[in-house]
Amino acid sequence: MKSLVGAGRVIWLILRRDRFLLFLWIAALALTPLMFASAFQELYPTAEQRQAFVATSGRNPSFLLLFGPIFDSSIGALTAWRSAPVVVLVGLASLLTVIRHTRVEEETGRRELLGSTVVGRHSQLASALIVTFGANLALAALLALGMIGMGHPPVGSIAFGLSLAAVGWVFAAVGSVTAQLTESSAAARGIAIGALGLSYLLRAVGDVGEEGSRLSWLSWLSALGWAQRVRAYAGERWWILALALGFVVILVFAAMLLSSRRDVGAGVLRPRLGPAAAPPWLRGPMSLAWRLHRNTLFAWIAGFAVFGVMYGGVADNVVTLLGDSPQLRLIFERIGGTAALVDAFFAGIMGIFALAASAYAVQAALRLRVEETALRAEPVLATSVRRLSWAAGHLIFAVIGPVVLLAVAGFTSGMTYGLISGDLSHQLPRVLAAAMVQLPAVWVLVGISVALFGLLPRLSAVSWGALALFLLIGQVGPVMQLSQWILDLSPFTHVPNLPGGELSMAPLALLFGVGAGLTAAGLTGLARRDIGSGAG
Amino acid sequence: MTAVISISGLHKFFGPTHALDGLDLTVEEGEVHGFLGPNGSGKTTTLRILLGLLRADSGTARLLGGDPWHDATELHRRLAYVPGDVMLWPSLTGGEIIDLLGRMRGGLNIRRRDELLERFELDTRKKGRSYSKGNRQKVALIAALASNVELLLLDEPTAGLDPLMDAIFREYITEERHNGRTVLLSSHILAEVEALCNRVTIIREGRVVESGSLAELRHLTRTSIKAVLARPAPGLDGLPGVYDLQSDGSRVRFEVDTDQLNAVLAHLTSVGIKDLISQPPTLEELFMLHYRGRLKGGEEEGKNTKESR
Repeated sequence: MKSLVGAGRVIWLILRRDRFLLFLWIAALALTPLMFASAFQELYPTAEQRQAFVATSGRNPSFLLLFGPIFDSSIGALTAWRSAPVVVLVGLASLLTVIRHTRVEEETGRRELLGSTVVGRHSQLASALIVTFGANLALAALLALGMIGMGHPPVGSIAFGLSLAAVGWVFAAVGSVTAQLTESSAAARGIAIGALGLSYLLRAVGDVGEEGSRLSWLSWLSALGWAQRVRAYAGERWWILALALGFVVILVFAAMLLSSRRDVGAGVLRPRLGPAAAPPWLRGPMSLAWRLHRNTLFAWIAGFAVFGVMYGGVADNVVTLLGDSPQLRLIFERIGGTAALVDAFFAGIMGIFALAASAYAVQAALRLRVEETALRAEPVLATSVRRLSWAAGHLIFAVIGPVVLLAVAGFTSGMTYGLISGDLSHQLPRVLAAAMVQLPAVWVLVGISVALFGLLPRLSAVSWGALALFLLIGQVGPVMQLSQWILDLSPFTHVPNLPGGELSMAPLALLFGVGAGLTAAGLTGLARRDIGSGAG
Repeated sequence: MTAVISISGLHKFFGPTHALDGLDLTVEEGEVHGFLGPNGSGKTTTLRILLGLLRADSGTARLLGGDPWHDATELHRRLAYVPGDVMLWPSLTGGEIIDLLGRMRGGLNIRRRDELLERFELDTRKKGRSYSKGNRQKVALIAALASNVELLLLDEPTAGLDPLMDAIFREYITEERHNGRTVLLSSHILAEVEALCNRVTIIREGRVVESGSLAELRHLTRTSIKAVLARPAPGLDGLPGVYDLQSDGSRVRFEVDTDQLNAVLAHLTSVGIKDLISQPPTLEELFMLHYRGRLKGGEEEGKNTKESR
């Protein structure tokens, strides 16, 4: 075990560097399901109410798509079902943590520094995995204890916690493999997130039919599907955890093997050579920004298109489903007919697309800060490029990128739904409008990012905190029945409820004004402040 | 001769840190000016103020007849900058970055670029992320040297270059000097500054401790003398400005303050000189003296300067 010498010290170093970050994601991801549990307790206190909920929601295709099947009507089982998005985030946090402490370390050259001390060849990789595995177990323990504390069955609670940890372990292992493949940490991250996205798609498509339908085997190809099929609180199937563990062992073994066959700093995939001279169009801050942002934007467009087609494809099932239940049909006719249900579905979906587009926008805007701290802004600003032109190059992507993304989402989902329902000319513009109406809210996040970058650059990353807060308000706020002023903090609360609702311009104009004002303030700050990694 | 860079009484604070403490610096047109100082002495901060990246808290700075903060973009067309830490975009090739920086600066001499690429042996098809530190440095150097500009601002440009590439770099700077381009070369490599620069400014903790031509600066320090005399010289250690005297019969070795050289030599001549080796101080000695914060007097520094040779 010479190759693992010094792992203890590396583990300590990781824990020291990430003490807040690790604590934050463990706590946030463990507490969210507990909030769901208390919300279900409050909304559906009796068994009858919950059975009624399961009878309807358990067969609603859009719910099947988003959350998967419901296995039982106990609060525990409902919580496990509703926590499906949390499980995805556990996978994401785990793979990001592993790549952050493996490939990123190599890319920045810190690994070399450490590697020259008494630290074995596999110590870095092993330490990153051990920390991430440990974090997932801590999360599982916290969640299980919380659920037990709230009076839910201990066995189910442990299974629930472990099902989340299993997904975390699998994607930590996936991250450890992709970290070996490429020289660039961005590419390693991209491949691992792609695997997570594929898992989600496989599970979603597999779950849309009832269990046992033609495509349900697809869910078994997905680690996210495994987590559900552990069936916490509904006849636990422990062997699935063993299946996940076996998969983790194979992946980790593969990562170690790949790692021992390559040089430090290199990837298994050889980087290709590029052009020896710049093309004529590459001559200023705009074209540079295009070079830096285009691949990311294309990847996001592809993702939006795939999910757009998927959501558009299942929207029609919302109506078909209601054919079975005359009572429900009656209820919905009272509130505006079955069309209202489809509209509500699209309104909800567009809200999710808007959050995703905001994540893209924040990332694109904060690229400015990344360029500054990585000392790549300095050489550009030492040429005849103005600060504002440099900023504009990146901000075009933060501002126009979400326009393109939401247009793609609206177009693909509206088109698919229109073709399936045979009402293309009517539905496409309605769904497209529902997507585009989200833009002013997305731009508020651009404004927040630019304002922080320009005025308080050290706090730029707080933009992600704002996005997380708005996400939380949108997800948990209505369920927890928070007071209106808290809900009003989120720009997404003010977006008109389209399709179906009324399009009022006043809130849109207000959001637009806030976004533009914050952006202007940020750019004014940028023009006056010091540039440099220490500036702020 | 007009001043290309003139800085006086420049102050810059980073929070509680007083990075520049009343710095003065003048660089004349056509000179290669060495800007010496240990790490953290304020060299990079000065360059960043000259580039309009940082704003000075007080004092004045003029660059190419303009204000470095307000006229930044216009001035930047006329200068090229090589940062101390060259960071490249990981997904762009070296060739793309050289061309891009040149175009953003306002023009690249293609023939000169190709010549530089050949001399520095840089593979321009590699992506930014796969270059070593030395090769990243080359990318920035080539982009700067191939630009049609009046002034070069170089921040420790040879850190990371191997000796072969270092020699090529010196050739190019010597050529620039003949062509009348102005160069401000920040460095802590003394041999480099000694070989390339007409004038030198030495700073420590954000203020200038010495500035002038190499000849002027040498006046301020000691010359070491080895001599074989006709007979033992009495009273040598009593002369002002003589340190570290070691005598072995008629052989003597000592250090002398350069401004006392004449009197000391006169004394030796009166005794009778058979052989004499006199060595001017190297910049290294100057540097060491300044960094200890003492210019004259003190026994141990004399010993240390000897060891450092």
